[in-house]
Formats: sequence, C-alpha cells, structure tokens
Amino acid sequence: MANPKEAIKEKSMVIQKDMLAKQFHELSKAKELGKKVVYTFVPGNLTELILAFDMLPVYPEINALQSGMRKRSGSYIKDAEKIGFSEDVCTYVKCDIGMMLNGNVGPTGEKLPDPDLLLLSYTGCFTFMKWFENLERLYPGVEIAMLHTPYQEDGRITEEQISYMVKQLKEDVIPKMEKVSGKKLDYDRLSKMLENSVKAENLWVKILESAKNKPSPIDSYFAGVYYMGPLNTAFRGTDIAVEYYTELYNEIQERISQGLLPINPEGEIKEERFRLVIEGPPNWTNFREFWKIFYDMGAVIVASTYTKVGGLYDHGFRHEPDKPLESLSKYCMGCYTNLNLPQRIDLIEHYIKEYSADGFLINSIKSCNSFSAGQLLIMREIEQRCSIAVGFIESDLVDPRYFSYANIKNRLESYFQMLEQRKIIMQQEGVPV
Amino acid sequence: MNKYYLGVDLGSTTSKAVIINEKDEIIGRGITNTRANYSVAADIARDEAIYNARFSVLKKKLEAEMRAKPEYNKYITDMESVFQYEQFKVRLDKLGDELVKTCNIFFKDEQQREDILNNLRNIRRAFKPKIKHDYLYNNLGAKNQFFRDIVSEKYNEEVNKLSMSLFESLMTVWDKSISPAENERVQFDFKELIHKAMDELKEKYRNLPETSAENTSVNFDAEMNLLEGNFDHVSESLRQHIDEIAELDFNITNMTGTGYGRALLPFPQECICSEILCHAFGAHAVFPDTRTVLDIGGQDTKAIQVDKYGLVTSFQMNDRCAAGCGRYLGYIADEMSISLNELGPMALQAEKEVNICSTCTVFAGAELRELTNLGEKRPDILGGLHKAIIMRAMSLLARSGGVYNEFTFTGGVARNPAVIKYLTQLVKENYGVNIKINIHTDSIFMGALGGAMFARRSLKADLPANKPIAEPEKK
Repeated sequence: MANPKEAIKEKSMVIQKDMLAKQFHELSKAKELGKKVVYTFVPGNLTELILAFDMLPVYPEINALQSGMRKRSGSYIKDAEKIGFSEDVCTYVKCDIGMMLNGNVGPTGEKLPDPDLLLLSYTGCFTFMKWFENLERLYPGVEIAMLHTPYQEDGRITEEQISYMVKQLKEDVIPKMEKVSGKKLDYDRLSKMLENSVKAENLWVKILESAKNKPSPIDSYFAGVYYMGPLNTAFRGTDIAVEYYTELYNEIQERISQGLLPINPEGEIKEERFRLVIEGPPNWTNFREFWKIFYDMGAVIVASTYTKVGGLYDHGFRHEPDKPLESLSKYCMGCYTNLNLPQRIDLIEHYIKEYSADGFLINSIKSCNSFSAGQLLIMREIEQRCSIAVGFIESDLVDPRYFSYANIKNRLESYFQMLEQRKIIMQQEGVPV
Repeated sequence: MNKYYLGVDLGSTTSKAVIINEKDEIIGRGITNTRANYSVAADIARDEAIYNARFSVLKKKLEAEMRAKPEYNKYITDMESVFQYEQFKVRLDKLGDELVKTCNIFFKDEQQREDILNNLRNIRRAFKPKIKHDYLYNNLGAKNQFFRDIVSEKYNEEVNKLSMSLFESLMTVWDKSISPAENERVQFDFKELIHKAMDELKEKYRNLPETSAENTSVNFDAEMNLLEGNFDHVSESLRQHIDEIAELDFNITNMTGTGYGRALLPFPQECICSEILCHAFGAHAVFPDTRTVLDIGGQDTKAIQVDKYGLVTSFQMNDRCAAGCGRYLGYIADEMSISLNELGPMALQAEKEVNICSTCTVFAGAELRELTNLGEKRPDILGGLHKAIIMRAMSLLARSGGVYNEFTFTGGVARNPAVIKYLTQLVKENYGVNIKINIHTDSIFMGALGGAMFARRSLKADLPANKPIAEPEKK
C-alpha cells in the first residue's frame, strides 16, 4: 500500500461509483431528457414502480447523508435553522432543506432537478410526512402521493393490511404516477424488474450471511452501508444492480477462500478480536473516524439492524414478480423501523446467536425517533436474554455538533476493554463465553 | 520479597493512587489535586501512596505494641502529620522562590518591586507559623489538605488585611507563581524527611507547656498527656522500626493507570485501563455482592452494572452536563462563599428541600441567588440542590438498567453526607427498602484500587495501536 490515506478500491466499488456518477448525471439532465423526477424515501421505497414509469427517483435522506460525509451538512443545517427550523428537528430534514436553499447541488457537484412528484410510501416515520409538507412549500404545486403504511403493531403483516395497501396503490398512487409521467403502468415491465430485484436480493442475503464465517470476510455495518446502497435506492430491479451484487458476492467468496478479513479504508483488519451486532444508523459527519475506532480495535460488525432499513431479506422477504402490488405492499410494511419492539428484540437476539457475536452495541441517534425510541429497553432485554456485554453511545446522523469524538472514543475504549477482560476472566474462571 | 501493585486514577479534579499487596489489601493511599502537568499529579499521588504504605507497614509491625501502648499510636499519628508538614515546607520554599522570580520579571520599577517583595516576605512570615501550628496540632480538620488550597487560603487572608492598592499586584504575582510551583515535581528523601519530622516532634513536646499556655486551640487528650511525659522513651524505642520502614524497598511489580487523564500518563499502553472497569472492579472487590455501581466524580457520572466476577455488563455515562457532578458542587460552594466540605453538613440542616429547576450548573448559580432574594434559607436551598443532583443520578441509573441488590456508591462526591442522605432515600424509594447500599470510606479510591487489582492480575487491555502517549513535560 503506497499511501495509507488513499482508500483501497475493489472492482465492485468501481462499479458502484460509476453507477452513482451516471445516476446523478442523468438527474442533472432530467429536464433536457424529458424525464420526470420523483422524490421519495429509502424505507419502503417503490423504486421498481418509479423505474417502470421511466421516472427518476431522488432520495433526500441519501442526499443528506452524502452532505454529511462531504462535511457540508453543518452549514446546511445552520441555514435551515436560520429560516426557523428548531434545534430539535431531524437533522436529515434540516440538511436537505439547507441543501435546497443552497441551490440543491448533489454529491457529484451537479444540480439536482426539482421534483415532479413527492411520493411518500412509508409513513412509519412521522417526520417524513412533515418533511414533504416542507418540500411542498419549497416547490409549490408539486404533485403529491401518499401511501399510508400500517405499523406492525401485532408483530405481523395481515391480509387486511395488504389489501388496504394495494387499494391505495391502485386508487391513488399509481394514478398519480400515471398522471405525472403521462404513461400507463406497464405491469409486464414491473414484473420483469421485480425478477431482477429477486436476483439481487438473493445475492444480498448470501453476502450478509457470509459474516457468519469466523473470521468474517465483511463488516456488515461500516462497509455494509455501501453494500446495501444499490438495493435500497435507485437500482433495485435493474440489470446493473444484479451485476454489482454478483461481482460483490464473488469478491467476498474470494476473500473467504483466501482467509481475508474485512476491508476498510486503510486496508484490512489484521485480526478479528470482537464480533459485534450494532443497532442504529451510523454517524455520517465523522464516518471514517468512527469506523477507524472499530477497525483499529479489531472489532468487526457481523450484523446490523441499520442495513435492514431497506427490507429484511435475510428473514425471507422477496419481491414477487407474479404478485407485484401485494409484494410491494409487504415490502413497505416490512422495513426494519416498521417492526414493533418485541420483533426488533427477537431479530437482534437472532443475530447475536446466529452470527456468534461477543457484544451488542447501540449507536443512539439524536435525530431519529424511529430508531432511538425504545433502544434502552432493547438493550436491557438483550443483556438479560443473551448475557452479553452491551454498550451505548450517542451521536447524530448529520449534525456535526452532536459528534463528540472524545466522548465516543472514551466509551468505546471502555466497551472494548469490557469485552477483552470478559474473555480473559471467563477463561480464568473456566466459563465458556 | 513482598510484591506490591499500584493503581493511579488520574481524575479531572483529583488524582488518586493506591498500593495493594498480594492479597488485594490496600496498604497505601495518595491523593492530590489534578493540575496542568498530569504526570506531576500522578507522581505526587504515587509518592504519597508509597509514604502512606510505609506508615501502614510500620503500624502493622507494631500492631500488638500499639494496642498495649496508646502513646505509640499517638506518636505515629503525630509523626505522619508532621511528615506532611515537612513536605509542605519544601513546597512552600519552592513557591517562595517562584514568587520572587515572578516579582523580578513582572515589576520593572525598582521601588515598586521592593515594596511588593517586602510585603511578600511579611505575608509569608505571618502565615507560615499558622500553617505549621495547624499541621502540628492536627487543626487542618475537614479542610482540603492539598498544598494549593491550604496556601491560597492563608495567602488570601493576609492579602485582605493589607491596603487595597496592593491587592491587584499581590494577586497577579500569586496567579503567575502558583501554577509553576505546583507543576514542578519535588523529590523527597523519605528517611531525611522522617528524621526531620521526628526532630520537629521532639521540639513540639518539649515546648508543649508554653505552647498550650499561649494557644487555646491546643487540646490535650489522654494520649497526648501520656506521650508528653514519655516522649524520649517512645521516640527511642520506635526509631529503629522507623529506620527500617524508611529503608524498605517498595517493589512495584505492576501498575495500571486509569481516569480521564489515563492516556496522558507516562505508562506503557498495556498498563492503561478504562475508569469504568476500574471503578466497577474496585467496588466489587470491596463489596463482592455488588451488582450496580454509581460513581459520581468531578466531571462525570457513571452508572455501571457488574456481574458476579466484577465485570462490567453495561454502563451509562453522563458526559454532556455538569449538573450532578462534583464540579457542580464546587461551583455552588464558590457561589455561596463556603468551602466544598461545608456544603454537605449545611445541607443536612435543611428543614425542607427547595425545588431547583435549572438543569445547568451555571444557571443553577443564578437560580440560587434568586431563591436567596426570595428569602429561602441557605440550608434549604442546599438541600434542594443536593436532591437535584441525586435525581439526575437516579435517571442515569434507570437508563443503565436500574438498581439490583447490592448497590455501591463510589467517587469523590460519596464523601458528601447530604449526597449520601438523598441517594439512600431515593434508591430505597425507587428500588425498595431492602436494597443494600454500600458506601466505603475509601470510595474516592475505588478507581485506583480497581486499577491496582487489574495490575495484580496483569490483565492487559490494549488500546488503539496508534494512540499517542504524551511525554512527561520537561522540567
């Protein structure tokens, strides 16, 4: 490695970078190309449906996290606060609004097009609704479609809920999309895309489950957020997404056969010392620093809940080409934040056991009630059920003011020492860990 | 040879050191105020712990005799106190040099310089005998025993007696001199110092009749009476033992550094351990059935859950807000112009607890003045403030998973009786009257104790490989 500062690039990364460059370039030319633009959110997104209409999706929270990673979010948030957004408002919203106030320039430096449709397909996060209300004010007259997504209060998706969702799709969402795009929905095309979705989803599950290997060939959180990108955003249902996941899967298989450990921006971990399960989104403003604390310690994230915001494929969900609207409905209701607390606890417990984790860590996000509410309860329950060392740190999505490196490092150091000494003392006491 | 283990807890407010033997028994404790030069603070705490350990060994050796002869006990207690005075004297001389140096740099005008130097000499002449008397007759009492606190109190007292026109110059000289004096490490020769202390003690008892006639603050007790008539004999029979412990080689086999400043300690990386683990391990060692530990330190509060091995299973920290930490109490004491140690006893006199709303340390100061204006009594306000601190600690405890039987309270704030009162009350109210609450006299040393215990077990806990370790500052 010539320069340790320079990130290592694998072929899959090059493909992904190229995909994103093309996506944002196309977005910047949307009006010239005569393409309609749909703003929508990642959880419960209807990407295949949008693409089946030849429209281009834009995901404001992805733009916000990109701004966070590019160190722009701080000033965007301040601009949003200047026009009256309170300190307590979700920082994704403020960052997005701030970006729009500053000309709506995307991560590649090209301007993002104005929306032709605001498509809200997941209402589990109440902030999303308020976010679009604000965007409607910024883009007066923009078309709006809202899909009310029932919460899994009883821990399951019922037939009634599916019919309710399908009805909304048929009677409200699809007609609006037809109106905006000027096209009729081509069900064959949608089904073809869903076939591609399934191919990528199958590969994705195999990729996630590769972390069950000891040592794990991947980091399911810090690298996982890159891996999940195409499937959770504008590429699900496309050929290029299938190509990406095929390449990624092959690379990981290669890593396993060579006994290589997870990749990180400075190379790869030399020794897997701790296997962790993480709950909560990462911090984006100091993503690299945050990640480094983990890989310097040989801590590998073997499973995370955040990588399930786009769906719980590892628990069996797949899009169904022969039942497109039903499966899109189930998809919307099945994203991680739409699960009730007992389901989330069960899922985490399952991960800890299936992935042989040494510890469970929560990164509690100031901005995100969807994730953060109930996390202390989750932590206590997991501690009792799994007799495992649990840790709790606090940061924010994209507000740099809430990332205290010293505090987080202090807590994480203590946490890793907890895990280390637990191993030593348990060994001395002859207790199997 | 006996093996000893050292734990140093470099906290934000105080630095503590503990030495244990192979049975995990504490044989030496040292504490000092944390200062800009962390390594000096750690050195002083460690040196003090070693001196203290020598006295412990001496007492252990003479256990049987001391039981039979109370005058032995009195002699050794007196000697420890005078020994501290001997150290103090050396530091005071260093401060004196520093004050003169500052004066020479700061005041260009010869007349003015001479004037200030003259006043400094008078101040020193006035307070030195007072401090000596306090040490010799154990009058320091509950006051803070750190060099900086003792000297600054006396210095201020003397400066306030002088003309106001001198105030600014004298305080400037002080401010510029105390830090360098305090941040310099002073090497002591234990044997030399203990002999000086013995001579000083001899002087004390020889002059005792005159001193007590002049000074009403000298209280005679039975032991002092016994020792007075018997001094030379006691001194001679103890001399050999004292020389032995002075020459004892304290072999520190392993050590662990912990606390906020741990990364700055000039310790090898594998000897650094998180204070969360150390507090839990220390508290668990003293009270093995402990399942929940609350540590209120100078600048943070920690609620820690431990298992039967003393291992931490989870923890919650308050590191965003000072309300509820030791510094909060320090701030309030300043606002009320009383010493930190007087806060708790005054709060215990409360007839009711005034409701304190401010969640912020600084704003609590304003609220305190407002409440005073409204005619609330100081003890009642302080009662409310202490209760408010514990309410915050209770919220942190709840976040960490609540209180399981038993509960151990550690950290410097555990010395405050009002804090203990409200904590006991609220823990019992919230988690049941049967919860066993442990508060040890060594509560402030729990982190250092846990560190020493980790050192004895030579548990290595690596930190990120590229973590820089600060070099000790050049003297």
